[in-house]
Amino acid sequence: MAIQSSFKNMTLCLFAVCIVSSALLAAVYAVTKEPIEAADHAKTISSIARVVPEFEGDPVSATVEVGGKEYSYYTVSKDGRPVGYAITSSSVGYGGPVVLMVGITSDRVVYNTVVLSQAETPGLGAKCVEPAFADQFKNLDPGQKKMAVKKDGGDIDAITASTITSRAYIKAVETAVAVYDVIVTGQDSGAVDAASGATLEADAPGEGTEENK
Amino acid sequence: MEYILIIISAIFVNNILLSQFMGICPFLGVSNKLSTAVGMSGAVCFVITLATLVTYLFQYYVLVPLHIEFMQTIAFILIIAALVQMVEIVLKKVSPSLYQALGIFLPLITTNCAVLGVALMVVTKEFTYGGEPHLLNLGESVVFAFATSLGFGLAMILFAGLREQIALNKVPKAFQGIPIALVTASILAMAFMGFSGLV
Amino acid sequence: MGKMQLITKGFVKENPTFSLLLGMCPTLATTTSAINGLSMGLATLFVLVLSNMAISATAPYIPDKVRIPAYIVIIAAFVTILQLVMQAFTPDIYQTLGLFIPLIVVNCIVLGRAEAFANKNGVVDSACDGLGIGIGFTFALTLLGIVREMLGSGSAFGFKFISGDGILVFVLAPGAFLALAYLIVIFRKLTAAKGE
Repeated sequence: MAIQSSFKNMTLCLFAVCIVSSALLAAVYAVTKEPIEAADHAKTISSIARVVPEFEGDPVSATVEVGGKEYSYYTVSKDGRPVGYAITSSSVGYGGPVVLMVGITSDRVVYNTVVLSQAETPGLGAKCVEPAFADQFKNLDPGQKKMAVKKDGGDIDAITASTITSRAYIKAVETAVAVYDVIVTGQDSGAVDAASGATLEADAPGEGTEENK
Repeated sequence: MEYILIIISAIFVNNILLSQFMGICPFLGVSNKLSTAVGMSGAVCFVITLATLVTYLFQYYVLVPLHIEFMQTIAFILIIAALVQMVEIVLKKVSPSLYQALGIFLPLITTNCAVLGVALMVVTKEFTYGGEPHLLNLGESVVFAFATSLGFGLAMILFAGLREQIALNKVPKAFQGIPIALVTASILAMAFMGFSGLV
Repeated sequence: MGKMQLITKGFVKENPTFSLLLGMCPTLATTTSAINGLSMGLATLFVLVLSNMAISATAPYIPDKVRIPAYIVIIAAFVTILQLVMQAFTPDIYQTLGLFIPLIVVNCIVLGRAEAFANKNGVVDSACDGLGIGIGFTFALTLLGIVREMLGSGSAFGFKFISGDGILVFVLAPGAFLALAYLIVIFRKLTAAKGE
């Protein structure tokens, strides 16, 4: 190397490298900031469009507090009347949080659901994004069907060998329905607290059904 | 209770080597002999815990207030590199015997992705211990980091023990070295899968 | 060595995964499906080419004793650029690969090429070298991804060709080790046969 490893050279060199890198990063950050926000926004909008019926105008964002926790939701309207709500709710799955966007129409029917993020086991719990499981929640009337996997005496077919994920998914939908009730009636019935109790149950040992290979 | 969950989960259920695949290079590289595996595990334990503590503080007291979170990767890797250097110097002065045991592994640790991995995990990943998903606080982060490194050590030492046995056996030529080690790791990973569902 | 040779050597002779056994963490972790393996390979390729070029251009001005920290900073800068660009334009892939994108910084292949090649050679040669090794890595990851996805889920690149599930263990951790072990053995057999 042509440059001597003197203390001054080393300090100067590292300093220069850091400054140039930081400047470069700041520039790229400034350039990509808008596209990143746009991508986030586009993802939200497309998720909303998938979970609620046809609507006009822009979805209106708001938050509501249910059972001491804040939930964000979007209201969509048609002909000046709200036709549906897209509610973001989450619960604890097998590999981490399962975050859903649940669309509920104004007549309290789950229109559709979309997984916003999940970290379930690939090939097992991660199948919750596939239609075979997720489509069970299309046009589902929570008043008519029992919201639990068949193993727990409900009406939902669990994902093969992934009961914990299936339960988490159902719980998130249930939470969304409870949030919907609060949005519509404006009263916190405490149903969410009851639903959260299921979390611990799902975590109980001996439920290693995901391992069934 | 939550701390116990974190510890069990980090050591057994989400073992950093056998289920997260971080730090595989030393796992395959220095697991020929039990003694080196122990040395490496000790050094990793030390560095992961310290690095997580420092990067956690740096994230919340420097990067977030200044809104320069995008400098995270650069800052963390520099902190880890500097920390490894410092540990090396301090160890040399304070405890030459410990330095003898761990010294040669220290330079390798900068590029051990388990260290950067854990540091990034505690500030980005939402954990679900005890109900609601949340980011870890300082105490939980340090406990998590320490437990993770114990998990690293456990897998490493078990693996080294197995490899010492395999070295005594006849192995088909094409399988010699890394392939047979990977097959062993696969079986070990299968054994660790038995822990899943525990937490 | 010609430019073409620099690019092709990473494919077989110096294949980073099957022959040099480097960069094992992302290799095992991100190959649960063919598409994930391919994305990870391309992400690494991007960093490898750019960091090789930048390091070969700056190497003469960096004092020997601080070269490693300097290289790490340069690599980390490109990795962060990659993170930002992916967040903006391919947010889904970015989410899937998660932590393993920032962890490209500590991928030994990248630093290894900087030390072994880029700091002694010209910018163009270094770019070719990065391209070659990167393509070899991408090839290895995609292949491993295809094998694991085929055995584990009965599909390739998301197209199912059997109904129902495959041998699920192949998408889980033990299957990663096992599939890689057998691919290395097959690779060794093939290259040994060629050599004779």
